[in-house]
Parts: sequence; structure tokens; C-alpha cells
Amino acid sequence: MPETESYYVRFTEDMKKEYTILTPNMLTLHFRLMIQVLRNHGYRMELLETDGPEIVETGLKYVHNDTCYPAILVIGQFISALQSGRYDPHKVALIYFQTGGGCRASNYINLLRKALKKAGLEFVPVISMSLSALEDHPGFKLSAGVFMELLHAVLYGDLLMSLHNQCKPYELNPGQTDALADDLTRRLAERIRTDHRYFSHNEAIYKELMDAFGALPRKKDKKLLVGIVGEIYIKYSPLGNNHLEQLLVDEGAEVVTPGLFDFLTFGIYVKLVDTRLYGINRSRYPVLSIAYRVLLNRQRQLIEAVRADGRFRAPTPFTRILELSHEVIDEGVKMGEGWLLPAEMLELNDSGVHNVICAQPFGCLPNHIVGKGMMKPIKEKHPEINLVAIDYDPGATRVNQENRIRLMLSNASRES
Amino acid sequence: MSPTLSLGIDIGSTTAKIVLDDNGKTIYQKYERHMSQVRQKLYDMIAEIRPMLEGKTFSASISGSAGMGLAEDCGIPFVQEVYATSEVIRALEPDAGTVIELGGEDAKVIFFKGGIDERMNGSCAGGTGAFIDQMATLLDLSVEQMDELSLRAERVYPIASRCGVFAKTDIQPLLNQGARKADVAASIYQAVVNQTIAGLIQGRTIEKKVLFLGGPLYYCKGLRQRFAQTLSLKDDEAIFPEYGRFAVAFGAAIYARKAGKAFTDESLFNALTLGLRARSASNRLPPLFATEAEFDSFTARHARATVPQRRIETYSGKAWLGIDCGSTTTKLTLVAEDKALLYSYYSANLANPVGIIRQQLIKLRELCGSRITIAGSAVTGYGEELVKSAFGVDIGVVETIAHFTAARHFKPDVDFIIDIGGQDIKCFKIKEGAIDSITLNEACSSGCGSFIETFARSMGYSAADFAGLGLRSRAPVNLGSRCTVFMNSSVKQSQKEGATVEDISAGLSISVVKNAIYKVIRANSPQELGRNVVVQGGTFLNNAVLRAFEKELGADVVRPQIAGLMGAYGAALYAMKLEHSTLISAEDLAGFEHTSKSAICQRCTNHCHLTVNTFTGGRRFITGNQCERGAGLKLSGEELPNLYEFKRSQIYGLKPGENRRGRIGLPMALGTLELAPLWHGIFTHLGFEVVLSGKSSRRTYEKGQFSIPSDTACYPAKIMHGHIETLIEEGADTIFYPCLSYNVDEGGDNHYNCPVVAYYGQLLRGNMDSLKRVRFLHPFFNVNSEKELAREVYSVMRESFPEQAFTKSEVKAAVNHGMAAQAAYRDSVRREGEAALAYARSHGKPIMILAGRPYHIDPEISHGIDKLAVSLGFVVVSEDAVAHLAEMPRVRVLNQWTYHSRLYRAAVYATRNEDVQLVQLVSFGCGVDAITTDEVRAILEEKGKYYTQIKIDEITNLGAVKIRLRSLIGALEEREEAHA
Repeated sequence: MPETESYYVRFTEDMKKEYTILTPNMLTLHFRLMIQVLRNHGYRMELLETDGPEIVETGLKYVHNDTCYPAILVIGQFISALQSGRYDPHKVALIYFQTGGGCRASNYINLLRKALKKAGLEFVPVISMSLSALEDHPGFKLSAGVFMELLHAVLYGDLLMSLHNQCKPYELNPGQTDALADDLTRRLAERIRTDHRYFSHNEAIYKELMDAFGALPRKKDKKLLVGIVGEIYIKYSPLGNNHLEQLLVDEGAEVVTPGLFDFLTFGIYVKLVDTRLYGINRSRYPVLSIAYRVLLNRQRQLIEAVRADGRFRAPTPFTRILELSHEVIDEGVKMGEGWLLPAEMLELNDSGVHNVICAQPFGCLPNHIVGKGMMKPIKEKHPEINLVAIDYDPGATRVNQENRIRLMLSNASRES
Repeated sequence: MSPTLSLGIDIGSTTAKIVLDDNGKTIYQKYERHMSQVRQKLYDMIAEIRPMLEGKTFSASISGSAGMGLAEDCGIPFVQEVYATSEVIRALEPDAGTVIELGGEDAKVIFFKGGIDERMNGSCAGGTGAFIDQMATLLDLSVEQMDELSLRAERVYPIASRCGVFAKTDIQPLLNQGARKADVAASIYQAVVNQTIAGLIQGRTIEKKVLFLGGPLYYCKGLRQRFAQTLSLKDDEAIFPEYGRFAVAFGAAIYARKAGKAFTDESLFNALTLGLRARSASNRLPPLFATEAEFDSFTARHARATVPQRRIETYSGKAWLGIDCGSTTTKLTLVAEDKALLYSYYSANLANPVGIIRQQLIKLRELCGSRITIAGSAVTGYGEELVKSAFGVDIGVVETIAHFTAARHFKPDVDFIIDIGGQDIKCFKIKEGAIDSITLNEACSSGCGSFIETFARSMGYSAADFAGLGLRSRAPVNLGSRCTVFMNSSVKQSQKEGATVEDISAGLSISVVKNAIYKVIRANSPQELGRNVVVQGGTFLNNAVLRAFEKELGADVVRPQIAGLMGAYGAALYAMKLEHSTLISAEDLAGFEHTSKSAICQRCTNHCHLTVNTFTGGRRFITGNQCERGAGLKLSGEELPNLYEFKRSQIYGLKPGENRRGRIGLPMALGTLELAPLWHGIFTHLGFEVVLSGKSSRRTYEKGQFSIPSDTACYPAKIMHGHIETLIEEGADTIFYPCLSYNVDEGGDNHYNCPVVAYYGQLLRGNMDSLKRVRFLHPFFNVNSEKELAREVYSVMRESFPEQAFTKSEVKAAVNHGMAAQAAYRDSVRREGEAALAYARSHGKPIMILAGRPYHIDPEISHGIDKLAVSLGFVVVSEDAVAHLAEMPRVRVLNQWTYHSRLYRAAVYATRNEDVQLVQLVSFGCGVDAITTDEVRAILEEKGKYYTQIKIDEITNLGAVKIRLRSLIGALEEREEAHA
């Protein structure tokens, strides 16, 4: 920037004390825990768990309609919250993740600012949460320690999600799994609030969670396993994928969703690859290597705990996923979900989940390459995989999506 | 034991099919359109065969997209339609290789060899049968007539296959330019075929024999012919079975037995009755009018916006004629000396605007007699040039200027004008009496206006009656606003859920308005549009649209009573500067004849397909050419500088070099169209003969279209497949397209490539089988550091050519050579750019920065727009030829793509120079340009410059481009006059 004056409203230290920071929802369980971590550090966080047609309508009103669907939804969710009258707009800040990658998603935050301006709310500060320090917000500086804590929250979230998915289709008492997941999340958040050294008791936490889910009364029948991969927001957010997970469970499937932790590890790993491929950013390589190893280590701890317990399917180690990716794609593909996306398809298939839905926003650029572009080579190498790509968009009719999902399901049951 | 009798039901988006099967024997079958009354229709159809079911037990199942919810409500087993099809084909045709099935909304392909692979079209390509229906309406033919005509085609026009909206955008001008209906009909079918191939085949081999199923393929002989021809199928390889329409229903009958649920006639009817009662609530919107009083005040307010009129029967004196030959309608007006309206006419084109205008002119000449002298005439709209040459109309005026002229006359203090016609949406901001900005819709928003009308007609209503119903709706349905293909699919969905015609009419109006406001105008607030908003265009004659617009905007607007005639009225006003007219005389009109034939232009290697119209008196009008040459016009004599041409000469002119170590092919697409000198320099220096795939043509695209996995990617990427095929044909044993996450660093926050440019090599590797026969290099390179690049190239060369024993020092020298060649190319572009600017200034020529991407120099990608701009009198420079003349501006977005930062700098340069205009080229599907366009626009408009955007794709109708460029010229002139 040639000029020193900033083009965005900074989140100042004064604001930290009295501003409520609204957070968009993507993965409810994870985000509730992450928010608690940040609250511990003095931020007045609040998760937006709103739903309904007015979110996308608001988004379409304030965002360039050719922009990707996730941006339309998240911005729509923010602005409808600000316009709802529930908050004093002068005492609210927004937070959004920014990767700084080569996909247009790194510009969501700027689109959000433009939308705020359109809505006459340009004074609302937007915090960029990023590993790349793309912006400067004096009131929101996270130390490496806080990042570590957040990573743990993500790990817990991944485990909660995975256990929930493995129990839900089999529950004897409808609704019990959801209630348990909510309850455990609440208890875990409380633990984070009161016990500031919670992350040194990971093993106990994992055990507690597995015991709680293990005690749920469940049927013994075998369900069809369906994996969901795709663009990160659409893959996870029910708002983005028209409650895909629920639809699949209603159709009698067990959903398998790869965890968020892998995506974060991917984010660090590709920076290491950059140095190896292009010889750039050599100075940060040692620190990032350490971070990468720490992440692998933490993941291993979780995997070992689940394996030792023996009752549930454990996540696949990141390094194994990476190894699988080499079949169809190079490690240098880093924009969007990069090589991780086809790797997750391969990983699911490898671990016995042959039915995979790739959920993506309509016209998603990286997905041309890493999603739809990798389906043919994957099917060639693994004819048993049953892959379908579903586009999500404000204008796409649900019937069209459902019809394609049903086709995949009927093929799955023919093959099984 | 399961019953022998089985009932198969298939309810698609437009038709319902039932079959009754007794132990493998069909004892009854019926196929009917359901007009979206799905549940009632099915009930009635089954009631007809109730006697056959009485006293028996049977199994039953439902299939089809519209059957999904119904099956659930009734408790009848459901089977997905593609699954049902593959069940039935496996049973009946065990040697089938491929099934292609087209329905009303969906297209499906099933491959049987090597593991069943079933595919359905993506969301964009929706509406196959519905598209054919709509196109027939557009041609003013029944589907049967259109089919028959198509068999008599002499040629096939290239028509966009991306989706129905794009295809229609291509078809409409063909009709208006006088193309033969038979040829257009065949071209429509070809578009369907291409769309199926691009969207569904995606690189798989089509194994024979091929079965064609579904309604459209059963009824349309011409469509069958096009499929067989395109896939090169012999007669015994393309099977169109008699049961084609019923395949899914048969599959459902087979499935029903497996599902094992037994019915009696009574239990079935109980189930169907349950289905009749169930109603799912879909997404609804508030009504257009909350109260009767609101409606009354609305009506009263708009009744006041009239124009003065005079009786043509009594008037005598001079008069001026304005003709607006639009995409779907033709309008004429005659104005008196005091600008009062003497005569007006408005009619649908019915695919024959010339015939309509001839009749009208005969009538007008009669009415005028000797009392009224037509002192001048002007024509505007899509058919401008055709009508001008056919009838000797004095002047052509670009439609934006015609509409602006009319609106300004109507309301001199107007701040904002929006015109929604049949095909296009145009918006103008007016400041101090001059045009401040013009915005035209892009392809996706096309055809909104005519869509309502076509839809109304298909439901059996006139446009006015249909609108009237919408005003009374209590709960309009929410149909989304992306485009008419998506809306059409939403309409069907809502009908199945029981929405009334009233609710759909209102819903459509709201959708069209939202599309205009949020996708075209993109205003921040009603205040920004100003206090005096004029709305016009035929679509605003629909009161529901008018009301929806006011509601969405939250402000009252003025709709002139002659809203549909404004283009023609403006043209007439424009003609008032004339004294003597060359308009065709009454005598010549009587003997007027018009013929059209097709031809291929031989004047350059483009070989454009031409339509030659000949009129009585030997006047000719030629269309279809990409330049002025084929039209028989003389070039202006002087060749104005054109940086696109210069870049082409440099990039495509690279010499292959000597073959000492092998042949390496460079696909001339995406990033290579800029970095070719670098790669060429390295490889020739290393002793390779470098084979270039050359400029693209439509044929290049077609050659590669079978292996494209994502049909929504941009055309510059999709055409890459054809370049690879070309290189393989030319015998390159190695092909090189590197992966570059980072492009050349020219400042900015970062210097990425977009994901598609960066990683297309990864996609090619996985999707193009032909690449398995050659060595395909797609390494990750750093083009910003000579040292790094040398290291990387060395490691790739050593690994890929172990037998060649490359040494580090020779690679280093080669990379050094390549980097120098690239720098020389960059400098030459800049130097040439400066020379072009200097030329323009010394010769008093206006300058256009045609700002796009390096790959837009490909004539097939930019469709000769650079040449068109030159023919309009501009000196054309590219963004990279002037970006170095301005600094990087502060932008409100992350400026981290190299190509983008050039756009921003070029825009800054444009703002600093009075004589420079910037026109941005945007490839359809370019996600990142959703961000740059807003930013470039902001940079320009902040300094009072016009922003013009041209969206280009597989096919671009140059007519629409011309309108944009001429509008820019017109606006500049208007502004100059206003300030003079």
C-alpha cells in the first residue's frame, strides 16, 4: 500500500472491552468451543446460529451475485443480524477468516466491508482472523498460545462431530444423539472456562466423550456410509448445503465428514511446500516445520486414543491422507482446498466409505481442478467409488440436488 | 410370492407416463403432458385404467423428479429415474454401451461398459425439453413444425452450448438477421447435442451401441439426426427404441416388484387421494399490494404519465419515423413537428421482423398520403442494420442513445433510466443532462422480459392478462433471480407444490425485477438512483413488474404510457435533424422481395459463416462476419495501431528452432499466451524444436470438448483441451504446461495466478487420455528468480530426459536466455504501447484500453473485438501495454493477482487521460472478475470516466458487443454536446 492510512476500520483495544464480536457459523460444535476459548481471553464473542431464507435474500442484496455462495450466505447472515435490532451496531464487531490464498475466498472480508458500506454500516469493524497477518487489529492479537488452544477446540470438535455421526443413524431414542452432543459441548465449554489447563488433560477428555457416546442405546444394523467432501463452508454448513447431513441420515445413511483439523494442518503444510518448490519464505520454514510437527503430534494423540478405545472409527492421520493424494495430484496445488479435497475422497474410499458427495458452490474456481477435475482419475483408479458432485447456489432448486443425491444412494445400495 | 402385475409410474418435469406390466408383457401404456397439475393428472390417468386393476393385487412404484415428494406423501415406493433406466436397459438391451436420455428438465447419460457410470447434467444445463419448447415458441412454430423444418437445414450455426439462456442469446440475433428458420432449428438441436456432450460425456468414450431415450428424442427426428451425426454413429449403432418414452416407467415397474409392496385398486386409490390432499409449503413472498387502496393509488398515479398525440388522419406537414427492431418485438412510431405521436405500432417479431415492417410501412405510406411528408427516418435495435439496408432507412442509432433520447424528452430532469426489453436490460445514470454511466446486462440476465411473455403464452394467457393475475396474488412464490433457466426450474417446482397462476405470475415479476436490481443496476440505495427514475421497455408494461420494481426499490417511479415504444420514439426524435428521407417509396414497397442464403467468407482464415440477405433493388446485407471486411465494406484505409495484433505477431510468431534433442509442444492457451517467450527461449536454447499449437478456432474447442470435466469453467480454460489434442496430432512427444501458483511479481499485495491458470495442468493430466501417449510436463516453477527457475528446470529435465545428460550450466544458460527473451517481450509491448499512444495523439484518434488477460489475444477467445474497436476508429492498447504508466492505486480488495493489478493500474492511467477509454473484457465463469470488475469500475467512475464491460464466452454475438462500444461512443458524444 503506498498510502499509510488504512482502508478498513481497525479493531482497537478499547473496543475489545465493550464490543460484541459476531462470528459466522460453519460448524456449530467446533465454533461453540472456539468461541469459549476466545472468551477466556477477554473477547465478547457470539456465534450466529441463525437460519432461514432471509439470510440468502439479504446476501443477494448486498453482495455481487456472481460471488461464491458461501460469501453470499455469510455476509447475508452478518447483515441480517445487524439489521435485526438485536444488537447495537455501534457496539458490534465482526470476525471472518482470511487465508490469503489464491482463491477469491481471501477477498470475502473485503466484500463484507463493501456490503457493510452498502448497508450504511461501514463503521462496524471487521476483524480478519488469519495466520498470515494480512491486517492489523490492535485489539485482537492472538498469541501462539491462544492459537494452540483454538487448535485443541478444533480437535475436540472433530471428535464430537465424528462420534455424533457414528451414533446418530443408529440411535434408539430419536433426538438423543443431538441432545448429547449439545450437552457435551456445553460441558466442554464450561471446562474450558473454568480449567485453564484443560488441554493438558486431552486423554481424559477424549475418554469422557467416547464413554458418553458409547453409552447411547443404539441399533446394531449396518447403514450405508456416505462421505461428504468439498469446499470447506458448503461441506460443513447446513445453511450452505441445505441440511445435507440431515437429508442423508433421513435416507438411512451414516455420514462421514473429514475433520476440520486436517484443513488447518493443510494450511501450514502448503507453506512448507511453497518453500520447497519455489525456494521462497525460507526464513519462516523452521518455525512452520515445528508447528506442523506439533499438529501431527496432537492429531496422533487423538487417533491413538480412539483406536485404543476401539468402539469408534478413528480419523486417518494427515500424513496418510497426504500420501494418498499423490495418486492423482501434486502437493503444490494449494488454492482453496487444494490437494486435500481429492485426498479426502481417496481417504474415504480407502477406509471403506465408497459413496462420496463433493459439495461445492456453483462455479467454484479451485473446484474445477481439485473437485470435478479429479473425479475421472479417481474413478479410473478406484472403480468401486461412487462419486457425485453437487452444486449449491441461491437459485438451484432443492429437487435437482436431492434427485442427484438419490441417484448416488440407489447406486450405492445396488453395489452393496 | 409377489404379484405378476406391476404398475410403473414416471412423472417428469413436463409429462407423466404410466405402464402396466404383466409378467414382462406390457398391457397398457400412456404418455401425457401434465401441465404441472401432477397429482390430479396422475389420479386421472390411473382412474382410467381402474377397471384393469379391479380385484387384483399388484405392485407399484413411482419414479421421476416430480414424483419424489408425491411418492413420499402417498406411501408408494420411489425409485430414482436414472437408476430405473439402467435397470430396464440391463434387462432389455444387454449389449447396450451407452444410454443418452433427455427429459424436460434433465439430461442423463449412462455408461454400461467398465462399470456402470450414471450422470445427470449440472444445474446450469437444465431444461432440455423445456428449452426446445421455448425455442419453438420463439420461432413461432409448434415443436412438430420446428422438427420437420430442421430436417431441411442447409447449414448449422454455432450456438452457445453453455446453457439455454446463452443459446437463446445467440439464436435471437440470427432470426433478426434473416437466417433461415430451417437452419436455426437444426442449430438449436445441435446446441442441445453439444450441451449434452460438454456437460455429461466429459471425456468418457461413448461405447456402442447407443440407446436414445426420453420424450424429446422420441419425437424430434432432427435431434436424433444431430446426435447420430455428431457422435459419428452408424444406423445400427444409434438405437431409438419404440419404448424410449416409457423406459423410466418400465424401470419403475421392474423396481416395484423388487420393492415388494402389494396394492389393491382400493389401497392404491386411497394412497393417491392422500397425495392429492398433501400440500407442501414453499418459499413465499409478501403480496404486491397489501390493500385495495394501495392498488387504486398505484393505478391512478401511473395513468398520468401520457404523451401528447395527434390524429394522423387529419395532420398535415412533416413527420419523422422511428423504428425499433428489438430482439423479440418490433416497434414503429411516427412523430409530428411538435413531437406529438401520430402513429405507433408494437408487435412480437414472430421471427420475421422484415415482413412485419414492410406491412407497416405500406400501411403508413397509405395513411400519410400526400398530406404528410416523411422527412427522415431512423432505426435502432438488434435488427438495425438489416432494416436499414432493407428499407433505405436514413440513419441507424444505437439503442441506448435512442432510449435515452426518448426518456430525456419525456422527463427532462431524469436522473436514472432503466429499460427492460425482451432480451436486454439497460440502465443509465444521468448527471447534468448527460449520460453519467451506462450499464447493460450480461448474458445471464438475458431474456428475462421475453421469458414472462413466453411463459404466459405457454399457459394460455396473454401477457396483459397474466400480469393482471399477478397483481392479485396473495402469496407470490420465490423463484430466485439467477437466470431464466433456474427460474423455469423453480416455477415447475412450485407448480408441483400447488402454486397458483397468480402466485407464479407475481413471483416471476419479482424475480425479473430482483435480477435487474441486484445483478444489473447493483445500486446501493434508492437515493443513489436519484429522485426522478424513468422505467421503460415492453416488460414494464406488465403492471406486476412495475409494482415489484417500486416495492423492491422502495420508491415511486415514472413509467411513460408508451413504455414499450420508447426506443422507436427516441429514434424518431433522433431523426428530426433530417430534412429529406431515403426511406423506401410506396411503389418499391409493393414489389419488395427479400431472400437470404448462407455463405462462408473467404477473405481471411477465420472463414466466418455469413448470412447474405438480398433485397429488391440489389441492396444487400451481410451478417455473421467478425470484421467489416466480409460485409463488403471498405476498410478505412489507414491501419490504426492495435496492441492485440502486435502481441499476436510476437507470441504466435515464435520460431520453432532446430530439433537436436526432441520436440516440445506448448499449448497456446491460458498463461502460456504471455510466458511463451520464456518457455520457448529455454527449450530452443536446450536444443528442442518447440511446436506451438497456434491460434484457436471453434474447431480447436470442439476437438477437445469431450474431455472437459467442468462445464462451468471459463472458455479460455476449456479450449486448452483442444490445444493439447492439436499438439499431439502434430507429433509433439513432450507437452509442457507448468503449474504456477505465482505469476510474475509486478508489485501489489501478492502475485498469484488464479487457480485455473495455475493448476490446469493437473486437470489435464487426469482427464485427457491422449496425454498418456506423450510425456506431459506440468512442473511447479518459480518465474521470479532466475536462480530458482534454473534449479527447478534442471531437476525436471534431468528426471524427464535422463538419456539427454543435461548439464547444470547449459540449463542455467538456457534459463538466462529465456528470462531475457521474456523481458524483451514485456519491454516491446510497453514500447509499442507508448508508440500507439503517441500515434493516437498525433493523429487525434481516441484510445481504447481493451483491458483483459494475456490469453484474450487469442482471436477465438476475444472474437475479434479488438479489430471491431479499431474499425470503430479507436487505437487499441492492451492493459499490460499501459499499466507501467501509472502507479498501483489503493484498492479496497486484496490485490494479489498479477493480471488484476495490471487492470487497476491501467484504469488509473485511463482516469488521467481525457482521450483514453477503458473497456474491460471478462470471460464468463471468471470468478475472480466478480471482484475486479467492481474495483475497476470504482476507479474509473470516481474520476467521471465511463466503465464498459464486455462478457465473452464460447460464442459471442458481436452485435451485443457493438452495442456496448457504440453506446460508449454515443455517450461520449452526448456528453460533449451537453458540455459544449
